[in-house]
Amino acid sequence: MRLDPPFLASARVLAAGELDTLFAALAARGYETLAPGVRDGVIRLVPASGAAELPAGMHDRQAPGSYALEDGGDGELFGYAVGPDSLKGQLLPPHQSVLRATPDEGGLRIEPAPTEAARVAVVGARPCEVAATTVLERVLIGGAYPDPGAAARRKALFVVALECRRPATTCRCTSFGTGPGLEHGADLVMIELDPPPKRGGDPGAHRFLVRAQSPAGAEVLAALPTSEATRRDADRRRDALGAATRAIAASSNPEVVARGLLGHIEAPGWEEIASRCLSCGNCTMVCPTCFCTEVRDRSDLSGTLERERRWSSCFEVGHSLLTSGPVRRSVAARYRQWATHKLATWQTQFGTTGCVGCGRCVTWCPVGIDLGAEAAALAGTGAASRRGTT
Amino acid sequence: MTNASSAPAGTPVLVPLAYRVVARRHETADVTTLRLSPVADAVAPGRPGQFNMLSAFGVGEAAISLSAAPDATGEVQHTIRDVGPVSHALCTSAPGDLVGVRGPFGTDWGVDDLGYGDTVVVAGGIGLAPLAGAIDVLAERRRYGGGRVFVAVGARNPDQVMLRAELGRWLAAGVRVRVTVDAAPAGFTGGVGLVTQLLPGLGFDPARTTALVCGPEVMIRFSVRALVDLGVPPGAVRVSLERNMQCGTALCGHCQLGPLLLCRDGPVVTWNDELATLLTENER
Amino acid sequence: MIQTLPELIAAHPLFAGLPGDVAELVAGCARTVAFGPGRLIFSEGERAETLYLLRRGRVALEVRRPGKAPLMVETLSAGALLGWSWLLPPYRWHLDARALGTVLAVAIDADCLRAKADKDPEFGYRLLQRMSAVIVDRLQATRFRLLDLYGAVAP
Repeated sequence: MRLDPPFLASARVLAAGELDTLFAALAARGYETLAPGVRDGVIRLVPASGAAELPAGMHDRQAPGSYALEDGGDGELFGYAVGPDSLKGQLLPPHQSVLRATPDEGGLRIEPAPTEAARVAVVGARPCEVAATTVLERVLIGGAYPDPGAAARRKALFVVALECRRPATTCRCTSFGTGPGLEHGADLVMIELDPPPKRGGDPGAHRFLVRAQSPAGAEVLAALPTSEATRRDADRRRDALGAATRAIAASSNPEVVARGLLGHIEAPGWEEIASRCLSCGNCTMVCPTCFCTEVRDRSDLSGTLERERRWSSCFEVGHSLLTSGPVRRSVAARYRQWATHKLATWQTQFGTTGCVGCGRCVTWCPVGIDLGAEAAALAGTGAASRRGTT
Repeated sequence: MTNASSAPAGTPVLVPLAYRVVARRHETADVTTLRLSPVADAVAPGRPGQFNMLSAFGVGEAAISLSAAPDATGEVQHTIRDVGPVSHALCTSAPGDLVGVRGPFGTDWGVDDLGYGDTVVVAGGIGLAPLAGAIDVLAERRRYGGGRVFVAVGARNPDQVMLRAELGRWLAAGVRVRVTVDAAPAGFTGGVGLVTQLLPGLGFDPARTTALVCGPEVMIRFSVRALVDLGVPPGAVRVSLERNMQCGTALCGHCQLGPLLLCRDGPVVTWNDELATLLTENER
Repeated sequence: MIQTLPELIAAHPLFAGLPGDVAELVAGCARTVAFGPGRLIFSEGERAETLYLLRRGRVALEVRRPGKAPLMVETLSAGALLGWSWLLPPYRWHLDARALGTVLAVAIDADCLRAKADKDPEFGYRLLQRMSAVIVDRLQATRFRLLDLYGAVAP
C-alpha cells in the first residue's frame, strides 16, 4: 500500500485511554451515540456513553450459517467483524410512521409523520457499511422522489468508522473495493493499533490512528486530545490492513458474475439452491443495502388510522403480488430475483452494485447459503460448495 | 415517454392529498369509474399513461392509472377493477367519500409526438383504462386533421366492455373503433375473436404506425407479435406493464422487472428484444 | 366497377399472390352469392359442400344451446374465408354460420375444387398451404381465448 505524504499530515493519534473524549465530544454536540455491544451473544449497535462499555477482548467467528463470540481476554476494543446490525437501520428504520389520519368534521385530518431526525453518531461502523450507506443514499435520496426521512436521518448521522484488522471468513470486501481500509465516506475513520495482550493490563502503546473525512469530522477531531502521527503509526496501519487483505478470501470478479448471472436465468442451479433455501428473508433483513419496504394501514374503532412503512423482503411470496397472484411463486424465482437484483440489475437501476461484500447474508442464512459462491457457480465462473453449512 | 418531474424538496412523497368522490359510473359488474376532486391542494396534472397512488383510508393504497386526460376541472378520473381489498373499497365508495391521491407517477404514452402518422391502440380488458386519456387526446387531434387513429378493444364478453361513453365519443370523432369479445350471445353487434384478429382489417399503414398496447401481459405479448408481423417496427410499439407497485417513487422495491423499476422506468416502455425476453423468462 | 370472378378470387387473401391461372382454375367452380341480414348460410350437421370467400359484411359462427340464445364463438369479416369442413370427410358443418348484415361472398363448390386439387397436386398443395395458414391462425387465437385472459383472476 502506497502512503501519500498527505496521509501523515491528516492522521492524528488518539491514545486508547482517551477514547472517552470522543464519546464526550459527540455527546456535547447533541449526538446520541451507538457503539458495538454484546447482546444475546452477538455484537449489536447499542447506545453507549463511554469506552468502558465497548466489548473489550471479544472476537467473532463467522462462517456460513454460524456466528459465535469468544472472549480472548485481551484489551482489543474493536476486535470483531460486522454483526447483524448495519447503518441501514439509521437511514431506514425497520418501522416508521407515514401518516396519521383522524376523523374531522366529516373529513379526515391527515398529519404526515415528522421527518426531522435526531442526531445519531455510530462508533465502530466498518468500511463496507460506509460503502453500503453510499449505495442506500443513491436509492433513497438520489432519485426523483427523495425519501425526506432518510435524507434528514442521513444528515443527522455522524459516522466513526473503524478500519478492519480481523476480517471474518465471510468477508468479501476486497472483491468489491469496499475494505478493509476506508478512504472516504465517514466523518472520522480510525484504526486500532497495538491493543494490549491482556485486558486490564498496561494499555502501553494501545492507540487509534484517526483521520477526518468530513468537515464535521474535522471539527470533532480538532477537539480531541490527539498527537501527531509518526511514520511508524502509518506503517503499523499499512501492515494491519495488508494482513487483513491477505486474510480475506477473493471471490469472483463482480462484473463477470453479474453478466454471467443474467446469462443463466433459466439454469437448473436455481432450483438446487431453492431446495436448500428456506425463503426466510434473513439475508435481506441483515443486508446493509436491501431497501424494500411495504406500507400498512391500521385503524382503530374511533376511525383514527396510522399508516406505517416497514421493511419487507423479496423472499415473501406477496412481494410480487399482482391481481393474478404473485409473479414469483417459487422459491427458486424469489432467490433468483434477490441474487440477480443484488449482483446485477441493481447496477442498471442505480448505477452501483447492490453488494458490498460484508458477508452478513452468508453468516445469517440459517442453512448457510453463500451468495457469492452460488452466484459464481451459476454464472459459470467458480464452484459453489454444494452444501453451504459447516 | 417522459419521466415525472421531481417532487419539491421536503415533500412527504408517501403522504396523499385528500380528494372527494364527485361522480361514480359503473362500467361493468366489477369496474367502476370515479371522478375525484381535491378537497384543498391538488396533485399535479398527470399525462395519459401515468398513474396515481389511491388511498382507501384504513385499507391501504393501490396504483391506479389515470383514465382521462387532465381537463380544466382539476379533477382526476380513475377506472378501477374490483379485485382486492383496496380496489373494492374504492369501487364501492360513494360520491362525497374521501379518497387519498398522490402522484402522478411513472412514464406516459408520449402522446405529444403522436398524431402525425397512424396510431393503433390495442386494449384488453381493464387495459383500456390507462389508454383512454391517450385516445381522448388523439381523437381531439383527429377532429382537427390529425393522423388516423385505430382502436382495437378485447373483452371477455359484451357485458365486460367498459368505457362505452368514451367508445362512442371516439367513434364520433372519426376514430376507427373495433371491439371483439371471447364469446357472445347471438345478437351482439361487435366481433367475436381475439383482439389480434382485428388488426389486419383495421387498415393502418404499418410502416408509419405507432402502437400503444395495454392489457393482460400475455395479451400484450401476442399483440406485439401480431403488430410486428404486420410490419410495425418494434421500436414503434409502446406497452404498459404492471408489477406490484406500492410507492410509485422507486423507494419500495416491489415493482422489479429485471433491470426495470416499473414505477419509475414504466409503466409505459418501448418494446425491444430485452423486454420480450424478460416477459417470457420463467419467473414462477 | 364490375370485377370478374377470377379478379374477385385473385383479390381475396386466400388466393392473393398465387400464379394467375390459379384464379382462373378456381373460378370454374365459383359463383357470387349474397345473403341478407340474419340469413343462415349453413348449419351444424349439414353436408359441407361450399367454401366461401367473404367480400363484404360479417358472418357469425354460432353454437345452438338449449334455452338460451345461440353463442357466437367467432365472427368473420371481409377478407376471411368461411368454412373448412368441406376439406376432409365426413364433409359436415360443425357450426352454424349466420350473416350479421348483408354479406357478399364468392361461393366455391367443394366437389369441384377437390377434384381440381386431386388432378393438379401442385395446385392442391398451394391450396392446402393457404388453408392451413388460416386454420393455424384461428387455432392459435382460440388457444389464447382459452386462457380467459380478461377473466376475474387467472388460475
